[in-house]
Amino acid sequence: MKILVCISKAPDTTAKIAFKDNNTAFDENNVQYIVNPYDEWYALVRALELKETLGGTVTTVSVGGTDMEAIIRKAFAIGADDGVRIDAEPTDAYFVAEQIASYAKQGGFDIILAGKETINYNGSSLGGMLAELLDMPYVSMATKLDVAGTTATIECDIDGGTEVLECDFPLVISAAKGMAEARIPNMRGIMAARTKALNVIAPVAADKLTEVKSYTLAQGRTTCKMIDAENAGSLIEMLHNEAKVI
Amino acid sequence: MSILVYTESSKGKIKKASLEAVNYAAEIAAKTGTTATAIIINAGDASLEDLGKAGANKVLHVNNASINASDSQVLTRILNHVAESEASSIVIFSNDLTAKAVAPRLAARMKAGFVPGAVDYPQTDGAFTVNKNVFSGKAIATYQVNSAKKVISLLPNSFQVKTDAAAVAATNFDVPADLLASRIKVKEVKRETNELSLPEAELVVSAGRGMKGPENWGMIEDLAKQLGAATACSRPVSDIGWRPHHEHVGQTGIAIRPNLYIAVGISGAIQHLAGVNGSKTIVVINKDPEAPFFKAADYGIIGDAFDVVPKLIEAVKKFKASQN
Repeated sequence: MKILVCISKAPDTTAKIAFKDNNTAFDENNVQYIVNPYDEWYALVRALELKETLGGTVTTVSVGGTDMEAIIRKAFAIGADDGVRIDAEPTDAYFVAEQIASYAKQGGFDIILAGKETINYNGSSLGGMLAELLDMPYVSMATKLDVAGTTATIECDIDGGTEVLECDFPLVISAAKGMAEARIPNMRGIMAARTKALNVIAPVAADKLTEVKSYTLAQGRTTCKMIDAENAGSLIEMLHNEAKVI
Repeated sequence: MSILVYTESSKGKIKKASLEAVNYAAEIAAKTGTTATAIIINAGDASLEDLGKAGANKVLHVNNASINASDSQVLTRILNHVAESEASSIVIFSNDLTAKAVAPRLAARMKAGFVPGAVDYPQTDGAFTVNKNVFSGKAIATYQVNSAKKVISLLPNSFQVKTDAAAVAATNFDVPADLLASRIKVKEVKRETNELSLPEAELVVSAGRGMKGPENWGMIEDLAKQLGAATACSRPVSDIGWRPHHEHVGQTGIAIRPNLYIAVGISGAIQHLAGVNGSKTIVVINKDPEAPFFKAADYGIIGDAFDVVPKLIEAVKKFKASQN
């Protein structure tokens, strides 16, 4: 079984969000990048678990510059066998999907996994676009993934519940919480990560369908009106008269 | 030229989020001098008139039992086919679980620029731009869509739903059978019944570890029932199994933006806030005055949930009686 896991980087969840160049670019100053949590904890770790029980290989693919390599080595330390970096700035989800689809077409992968979204752009776009470009079935927001032979059984969230789906290889899946538990790389993994193959390939031409023109910080709430616990009931009048939400 | 909007029904009614998406499509249509066409698949006995009342100029109903609605590939083929036959260059979704699977696929197929989770109307004078939340709600990005075709999914509860337009009779729309081939088999569907859908709820009562145990949720459910609110919970509570997984709101759960979010016994970790900070009004009830959630709240009560919540239930009952 050949599994491909799409890996991107994201600012650490506690990073201070600020913008520069007249609010047209994310300010990376003092920002620590991590493997996007959904790509790592759920997609990559589940791929590794499947490989360990059923055999096969886990390859990672990422679109980015040389600064992406530390992120890819982290995926190696956790257990990925090898990885590919497509040498281009990941401008939008469609551009990234075109790059990964072009690589995956030659790869003969059985399952392609991505996290449900990145925690910086929250787009939930890559998996669906990739599946379309590869003409494969796509299951989004999967919370469980099992494989028997060449068939995947997937549980995923639907409105107000869950459903269980079955699909033969090949397919694309986006991974949500529940699929696996986080793994911490051990010393052996970290040592082995240095020698695993990280292949750099050139990007293909792709259209820039969207671009971010500017950013604004969300307005925080300025004041919290405190209500005495003894008089808690007065909240309801305030919600009606002031906030006008009930 | 027209704007196509994908809609769904549930329990015999058009989903509220779908009506909101139709409002949104109609507004963009009016701004750009075109019309809005709503498409719905297997609506059952839901009243399709509401789609016209929400602003659709045309309503297409695809009624075909052999459509596998759990397969994003099938829905993508159908919507692409409809978009072509209606000459739609813009397709609108409500950013729900269906849209998360289908909208990016359709965008790739149409080679349309895609903005997932838009929070405002697009600017259409000159360049086409739309605002979307980024960094888990900590910032807003203005996306410019460069392509002629566009797919936009609207974050639910961005606007109040209006249904004051004229009803339109639905037209049946047949899709070619070769679009319906599916490689996905549905083995099982587990749906909670008789519950208010959390992403669509205008009022939400949520509780966390401060409740001390699942046996104490009665008062949370009671408060929600009195308010007509949905119930939600924090991550630790769903992780330890006190509440079902689908109630979990936050970064790894679902993101919601109701008009009113009441958080009881939730400290307000940054990951939780990421899922609720779009709420219009936030009330925080916590016995720890240092709980970080108070900094993100509009109203706060420092006190024990077991003391405060029953008082709120009484106050809501009194309020409702005074309104009658």
